[in-house]
Amino acid sequence: MIKRSKPQKFRLRRTMLFISAQKPGQIKDPYIYGADSIIMDLEDAVAENQKDAARFLLYHALTTIDYGNTEVIVRINGLNSPHWKEDVRVSIAGGADGIRIPKCESAKDVQIVEEAIEKAEEEFKVPKGRTLIMAALETPKAILNAYEICTASPRMFGIAISGGDLRRCMQVTQTPEGIELFVARGQTVLAARAAGVQCFDTVYTDMDDMEGFKNEVIMVKKMGFDGKSLIHPKQIKIVHDIYKPTQKEIHDAERIVRAYREKSEKGEGVFTVDNKMIDVAFLPSAERIIALAKACGIYEGDL
Amino acid sequence: MKNFVGREIPDELLVNGKEVFQGINYRDGQYFKKASPKVRIYEKPVESKVVGSIREAILKCNMRDGMTVSFHHHFRDGDYVVNMVMKEIVDLGLKDITIAASSLGSAHDPVAEFIKMGIVTGIQTSGIRGKVGEAVSKGYLKTPAIIRSHGGRVRAIEEGDVHIDVAFIGAPTSDEYGNARGKGGKNDCGVLSYSMVDAKYADKVVIITDTLVPFPNFPPSIEAIDVDYVVVVDEIGDASKIASKATRFTNDPRDLFMAEICAKVIAATPYFKDGFSFQTGAGGPSLAVSRFLEPLMQKWGIKMRWAIGGITAPIVELMEKGSVDMIIDAQDFDMRAVESVNTNPNHYEISTSQYANPANKGAFVNKLDFVVLAALEVDTDFNVNVITGSDGILRGAPGGHPDAAAGAKCCIVVTPLIRGRIASICERVVTVTTPGQCIDVVVTDHGIAVNPLRKDIMAWLDDAGMPHVSINELKEKAYSIVRKPEKLQWEDKVVAIIEARDGTILDVVRQIKPYSFE
Repeated sequence: MIKRSKPQKFRLRRTMLFISAQKPGQIKDPYIYGADSIIMDLEDAVAENQKDAARFLLYHALTTIDYGNTEVIVRINGLNSPHWKEDVRVSIAGGADGIRIPKCESAKDVQIVEEAIEKAEEEFKVPKGRTLIMAALETPKAILNAYEICTASPRMFGIAISGGDLRRCMQVTQTPEGIELFVARGQTVLAARAAGVQCFDTVYTDMDDMEGFKNEVIMVKKMGFDGKSLIHPKQIKIVHDIYKPTQKEIHDAERIVRAYREKSEKGEGVFTVDNKMIDVAFLPSAERIIALAKACGIYEGDL
Repeated sequence: MKNFVGREIPDELLVNGKEVFQGINYRDGQYFKKASPKVRIYEKPVESKVVGSIREAILKCNMRDGMTVSFHHHFRDGDYVVNMVMKEIVDLGLKDITIAASSLGSAHDPVAEFIKMGIVTGIQTSGIRGKVGEAVSKGYLKTPAIIRSHGGRVRAIEEGDVHIDVAFIGAPTSDEYGNARGKGGKNDCGVLSYSMVDAKYADKVVIITDTLVPFPNFPPSIEAIDVDYVVVVDEIGDASKIASKATRFTNDPRDLFMAEICAKVIAATPYFKDGFSFQTGAGGPSLAVSRFLEPLMQKWGIKMRWAIGGITAPIVELMEKGSVDMIIDAQDFDMRAVESVNTNPNHYEISTSQYANPANKGAFVNKLDFVVLAALEVDTDFNVNVITGSDGILRGAPGGHPDAAAGAKCCIVVTPLIRGRIASICERVVTVTTPGQCIDVVVTDHGIAVNPLRKDIMAWLDDAGMPHVSINELKEKAYSIVRKPEKLQWEDKVVAIIEARDGTILDVVRQIKPYSFE
């Protein structure tokens, strides 16, 4: 049994890579690609008559392979399927870090899964509360209920948009500039921030259009998403590069933090840096940039 | 006697001046008198050398039992020539034939039958695959097969280690006089590099073509002055298997991942500067490396002066974009490459001697900066195996691997740590085809290892912030996942001799013992 460290609610999740729990070749060492988080999929990637085989494979993978610092989340089957309860049991027995609930529409959905997780934690002697939860929002109702979903459980670490299903329900088609998902994305970020959890954008399925993918990542980062779901390792580097703070951003952040500390010691609450007004409200953003730079492994300063 | 890479070579093979491998560059500075063919004078003018059939050509060549015939492998899996010629040889009742091909592949399965029948009693080749590989591994071949690299084959012919009685050269086009080219025709293969040495050193040379063109077919890869007969057949090969449409970059995430790391290793060395040279392979990761080099080349504002090796569409495209000055061509793998060597003045055909012969006065591999190669296995001494599978059966080819590895300033071997349940990085390779001293860096999907002989490369990687581990660590990781395999069981009989480039013996392959559960 591989000992995994305690799952962290707040950690770098710039990239969440989907892999099929049905495929040994994919499941044996996905950590080599450097994604922050791996989502082992028992749902759409697995054929209906292979669900049990996939569970067996998942359990053995979780218990024999050392995934290191890469987070391991399991996407269970939907709550209207006959599989999800066993999916939860197997995931907790194997020591997965978290459960991703597909087609989540309400706080009640989260609570039903949480109950099953608790039972499994007890059954398999996993410390209570260890396993985290995230929810995938795939319908308009889910988007509208985003805030209650985010706050439905202390285990909730984030919500993700599932674009394909959402577009179908909205009766829209995909556009490069993303206008069809603009409101849904905006709502998702609002809800996540209000609840104090993370939010993740949907997968980009055209693996040949790396330019289009890059533009979408830039857009969703600007909108406030913490990361993106991916379907292919070659998408990872692009996301990490875009989410990396630039040297200028780091430098500016450092100046703000240093200036603030210096000024507040002198009792000054508001001051200027480069002719821009700075007060305490600017501090958290600056500190976040430095924290992100550290997490990305590019911070060379001493703050 | 144990050789330089620790392999035991049976003493009975060390006759007639045959030595064990003593490390690369062992024969540097030695002299030899070049062998020469016994050739017929054709003083009386002949208008045409075309004869009615392969059978007629064989008879006119006075073929006898015990002779050695040679072939090239420019038609790869689409080759018809070897089978067509061997069929006639067998039908004529000839025996004890040695086939000295530049390589044999899956297209040549019928030869396995001739081996089992005792008609073919000797095989000298680079590649030995499919049924032929199995037949030899099971001990059916009367004499040990001799496996050589592309460069080693040329040396062996020039030194007289092998004497070719009749060279059968398949040619996409030929005129009635025997000027043959790799270009044009129904089954265009681009170049005829491998057969150039055969044409100069064989007693008799027969061109087999399916497209007769007007005289003179210039400029010729094979000159009419060396040709005895020309045979016109319906098809020399299967065009779709000779050259694929266009080799595409792999989309396999693991191959791409490793290829990108290779490109970064290359860029970390000072050899990566304007005017560098690069040998490309045709396999997944080694080909994809060129795609990851491109942005690095643009970023540093440098160009590749020459690319060499088996040529494919991606390299041609790089040249057409202006990132590569010229292509030095020893073999074409797809139609883009064939088209390019046909039409682009910066795309040059060379002989295999110019490419990789260790015994001439300086082949291209000696000037090579980088080569990225694949491997079935690499051991903790960095020895590489590309010829025997984990079951001990012959199924691969050294090709230009040992030649490029010996010459390149930076030789990178790329392989996944494990394939299925087999460790690619192991304690001891089944067979040594390239000695470890030639391998500088091993790139796997689980880490990089640098040969301890190359402290300079270690330092460059450190400067570039690229972590690397010992090869032993990689081996341990592999074994921790798939466990250390049981040793293979062999009979005593030697079924194949692996020659190093210089003709010394690098390793031997013995007959496999069928596995039994006990």
